[in-house]
Amino acid sequence: MSRGLRLIPIILLLWLVVGLAWRLVRPADTAIPSQMVERQVPAFTLPAALAGKAGLGATDLATGQPRLVNMFASWCVPCTGEAPVLAELKRRGVRIDGIAVRDTPGALAAFLARNGDPYERIGSDAQSEVQIAFGSSGVPETFLIDGKGVIRRQYIGPLNASNIPGVVRELEQLR
Amino acid sequence: MKRWLLFIALVVAQPVLAGSNLPPAYWANRQLPNPKQEGQAQALMDELRCLVCQGQSIADSDAELAGDMRDLVRRRIAAGEKPSAIRSWLIQRYGTWISYKPTDEPAAWPLWLAPLALLLAGAWLIRRRIRLKAKD
Repeated sequence: MSRGLRLIPIILLLWLVVGLAWRLVRPADTAIPSQMVERQVPAFTLPAALAGKAGLGATDLATGQPRLVNMFASWCVPCTGEAPVLAELKRRGVRIDGIAVRDTPGALAAFLARNGDPYERIGSDAQSEVQIAFGSSGVPETFLIDGKGVIRRQYIGPLNASNIPGVVRELEQLR
Repeated sequence: MKRWLLFIALVVAQPVLAGSNLPPAYWANRQLPNPKQEGQAQALMDELRCLVCQGQSIADSDAELAGDMRDLVRRRIAAGEKPSAIRSWLIQRYGTWISYKPTDEPAAWPLWLAPLALLLAGAWLIRRRIRLKAKD
């Protein structure tokens, strides 16, 4: 065998080691973006998650006004951190609806009493059915929806204060 | 001292488990009464990727979302929907990422071509060997 050919296994090994090291330093992005962005909200109706607050359906999201839909849960820790951001968005005139994933009325009421309640409607998604229909893979996630009921933007993970101007601007543009 | 305390705090810290408030969905861990339908559901669940534990199929995963997806698959199959229709419904939501079944998209071509390439490489090596021996 020629010298060059003998080097092939070593080169392959080096390539493998460098590849693995690179992925260790820079882990791949594990977020799975929804393919439903730029598509009509899937048809759904969710029962009210709390007594005294309306549930949520697809028709409530096509009202001529852009809206923000927040998937959250009382058992989700980052959702607590996101609550002040949603409160500030509401203060700036953003219309917010909630989808409570796998939650109970008692735990949800306690969560809202503790963290504030920016939601106009909250649907109860007991088996993550609507979450899956939206192409969402966890809580919290936020979707911006235009007046015709088309999903225009997905935020994976909790919104933070730096997202506020962007969200307000995007909703303004959807108007 | 402070550093040590921090270190100990880190060691004994427990991860906050994001477990929801509800029990698993009805069909999450229950087989369909019709064995043929259950077989179809099982085959499909083995080929769907869990969104939470991203190396596992939803059949293997203990994540709650995987349980809810098993429930969705079984309910739809019990209602008479074809497995291929359920798969494309999910692909419409999450992209081909969700399915372990290799597609014929260009991105998957190396996967299909690799066995052929390896066979050819093997044949070439063997041919070389035989030639070398013949020379001896």
